[in-house]
Amino acid sequence: MTPLRPGAVTRAAGTEVRGRSAARRSFRRHWQLYLMLAVPLLWFVVFKYVPMVNAVIAFKQYSVVDGIWGSDWVGLANFQRFFDNPVFGRIVTNTFVLSVYAVLAGFPIPIILALAINEVRLKFFARTVQLVTYAPFFISTVIIVSMTILILSPRIGLLSDVFGFFGMDQPNVLGDPDAFRHVYVWTDVWQTAGYSAVIYLAALAGIDPTLYEAARVDGANRLQKIMAVDLPGIAPTAVVILILGVGNVMSLGFEKAFLLQNPLNLSQSEVIATYTYKVGLINADFSLASAVGLFNSAINLVLLVSVNRVAKRVTGSGLW
Amino acid sequence: MVGVYVLLTTALVLVLVPLIYILASSFSSPQAVSSGRVFLWPVDPTLRGYEVALSNSAILRGFANSVFYTVAGAAISVTLTVMIAYPLSTPDLWGRKVITKLVVFTMLFAGGIIPTYLVVQALGLLDTRGALLLPQAIGVWQVIIAVAFLRASIPDELLEAAQLDGASDLRILFTVVLPLAKPLIAVIALMYGIAQWNSYFDALLYLRDADLAPLQIVLRNILILNTSGGSTDAAAMMERQQLANLLKYSLIVIATVPLLLVYPFVARYFTKGILVGAVKG
Repeated sequence: MTPLRPGAVTRAAGTEVRGRSAARRSFRRHWQLYLMLAVPLLWFVVFKYVPMVNAVIAFKQYSVVDGIWGSDWVGLANFQRFFDNPVFGRIVTNTFVLSVYAVLAGFPIPIILALAINEVRLKFFARTVQLVTYAPFFISTVIIVSMTILILSPRIGLLSDVFGFFGMDQPNVLGDPDAFRHVYVWTDVWQTAGYSAVIYLAALAGIDPTLYEAARVDGANRLQKIMAVDLPGIAPTAVVILILGVGNVMSLGFEKAFLLQNPLNLSQSEVIATYTYKVGLINADFSLASAVGLFNSAINLVLLVSVNRVAKRVTGSGLW
Repeated sequence: MVGVYVLLTTALVLVLVPLIYILASSFSSPQAVSSGRVFLWPVDPTLRGYEVALSNSAILRGFANSVFYTVAGAAISVTLTVMIAYPLSTPDLWGRKVITKLVVFTMLFAGGIIPTYLVVQALGLLDTRGALLLPQAIGVWQVIIAVAFLRASIPDELLEAAQLDGASDLRILFTVVLPLAKPLIAVIALMYGIAQWNSYFDALLYLRDADLAPLQIVLRNILILNTSGGSTDAAAMMERQQLANLLKYSLIVIATVPLLLVYPFVARYFTKGILVGAVKG
């Protein structure tokens, strides 16, 4: 006769009861916390999870009269419309190139800045550099773009003074579509490098001092010390920041691209987010705009997950 | 070593020159600005630009609106963030891990602009001040920072002692945790406040009523779209055009100075806050 297996059953039931009783105990002990949690959780449901559900309108022919659930299903027709649109290839390329460029240019500079500040013996100078380079982070996107436009404006701007100093005429940077990417990326570096450097400085401050002792005993010079101690010390931080940067590749900021756009540079400055805004809110084609947005979110998620996996395999550290 | 100083001095100059140029222009005469004669020092110094900026009712209203959005937004956001971060930092709270995952997931995947717009519309928030305060009220990054801070800097012994004394969770929050969390509150209030002060996208999406517009929208209209308003009287065109150019520089200073004034006082806290987030993020 097959032996009864009450053990397995009771054990499973046991954990079940234990889990449930732990929950009950936790509820009784912390009911105030659960009550408190309910409000922000409701916020997350309403403003984050309901929109995810609302995104089904990407698969529907949304009509205001019928609402989200009453509208007809159209399958992938909206996606098809987007892919067939001549603009598709261009805005995906623009988004991708701009973001990759921003990551590649924006990643090493804060590290170099932090390493340099860390080397300076004059504390006053180091602190001044840090404070000044950090400040632009607080300036709004609208102001950054306005400053950019004023400084680059052909006849009266700061750049024309610089060109004039060398006896040259300044090209019309803002009207040149090929210049858009450089303007976008380098103003971004200008704004955020000091802020990002602070994170690396903290990582440098956290390095075990005995490693520097050891390096000195081994007779390492300044550069060798940086290569052997500093860089490995900040590597995990750098990986996290790189992953976050890559994860944002497709969700490139709407704000700045939109403000820097003008009819002359549109061929390079139209990115997925600005296109979504125009299609959705100006042309009121909610379904098409949602399809574009969903396409964007999906690529973003895939990128983030895969980069994290690669980073974990290569360096042993990742976001999760 | 010399190389390091050269590098850092270059960085210093590259960051400072544009800022000084804007400042110098804002104090120069309209004619000097419009003919591009200003470099790093005011030419024919005058306060004309500031007079024009501060007598413009749209700018003043935008400024007042932005102060309101910044203060109210930061208050709402900080309250909600503490309400979620404090429970999530309690180790024996059942379901803590699942909730944390659900919160962090919203960082990786989002419904998108239009589906969110439909929610705001359904709640009747379109064209109300609520549209700028509620949809962005909680930042996941700030929640992560807050949880990490509460975990790391509130000693468990203190909490246990309070528990043994029979204090309820709410009481512990108000008498033990919050007084110790002042640096945290300062940091996230500043982060939320700056985000509100600088944001314009939500206003662009959700507001049509010009009376509710925050400063950034007013700035965008004047600085980037060049719609400073007023009649186009041909005789005064020239002067108005010159004034409009000068106004831009003064406006940039007016809109930026409040933040730059606050910043040195809170920079230390701010750095600490980023660090907690970066290390535990």
